[in-house]
Amino acid sequence: MSRDGMTTRKLISFGLRHGFPIGLGYFAVAFSLGITARGAGVTPLQGFVASILNHASAGEYALYSLIAANAAYWEVAAVIFVTNMRYLLMSASLSQKMPPDAGFLKRLTAGFCITDEIFALGIAWPGPLNCVYLVTAFLLADVMWASGTLCGILVGNVLPPDVVTALSAAIYGMFLAIIIPPARKNKVILGLVLASFAASFAFSRLLPSLSEGTRVVILTVVLAAAAAVLFPLKDEAEGGTKA
Amino acid sequence: MSGTGIWIAILIGAGVSLLVRALPLTLIRRPIRSRFIRSFLYYVPYATLAVMTFPALVDSAAAPAAGIAALAAGTLAAWFGAGLFPVAVCTCAVEYAVSKLAGIL
Repeated sequence: MSRDGMTTRKLISFGLRHGFPIGLGYFAVAFSLGITARGAGVTPLQGFVASILNHASAGEYALYSLIAANAAYWEVAAVIFVTNMRYLLMSASLSQKMPPDAGFLKRLTAGFCITDEIFALGIAWPGPLNCVYLVTAFLLADVMWASGTLCGILVGNVLPPDVVTALSAAIYGMFLAIIIPPARKNKVILGLVLASFAASFAFSRLLPSLSEGTRVVILTVVLAAAAAVLFPLKDEAEGGTKA
Repeated sequence: MSGTGIWIAILIGAGVSLLVRALPLTLIRRPIRSRFIRSFLYYVPYATLAVMTFPALVDSAAAPAAGIAALAAGTLAAWFGAGLFPVAVCTCAVEYAVSKLAGIL
């Protein structure tokens, strides 16, 4: 399916349509994050700004915990680096989807937009990445993310906890919507997904002290490398555009 | 931390995460030739998203049964071609329903 001929309006409408469900899930997750932030003494404005700029669940959770613990600034930098390390891989992966003429600013902007879900949208986009689409989806989702944090700080525990819990499952539903259809078509991807589930489960139970961010980085590198060695892509065309 | 201290921490966090996100995108300008690296990057998203989904979905659920049911429902919906939003709604709804049910039983 080619989307080359799309007008800007169409691209924006696509971006809003795909960004909104992500934003809904974000709102719920960020809301519970806001409760953590509130406990750390973060003001609503600080929480909103932090969420707009950081927009990473694990990273922000770490940030607020560090603020609560009165940690040193270098610790903040180190922990944010580790919890967000998976974005290095996603960024490298997206670099192969960028249109060849994309300049520094465009690349910087696309990089700023990377979250787990926005990255997934970028990968699912057929052909070279369209920045209007990506940025639109990101902006909507990011504002909803930051609003969730803001509301969490402001009104803490108004929403019943079981509703918050159920809403946060939306994120995982979106992940499934992204990885399952290609897994149905491609046996290698299906095997990789199942192996990832199994390895992730084993690590979480055997090494519970390993943070989730670190587990994601280690397992991604090992499993994707194993898949690349065992099942290398056949030809040039399969490189960046297929997903 | 003081108010100013919190602002500094937030800005450090923002700076480091921007660096992590944007560095490879701005530095890698050409199509990667190496077959291994291309294959590796092609597989990265599936491994990452799968690792993040399980067991997190089950662990974060109100009851393990609710998480497992939500995982199954989301997987089935996606397998049969439902889009991003329907799959997300389906996952939430099943998680909520089963956790309520588990609470009653």
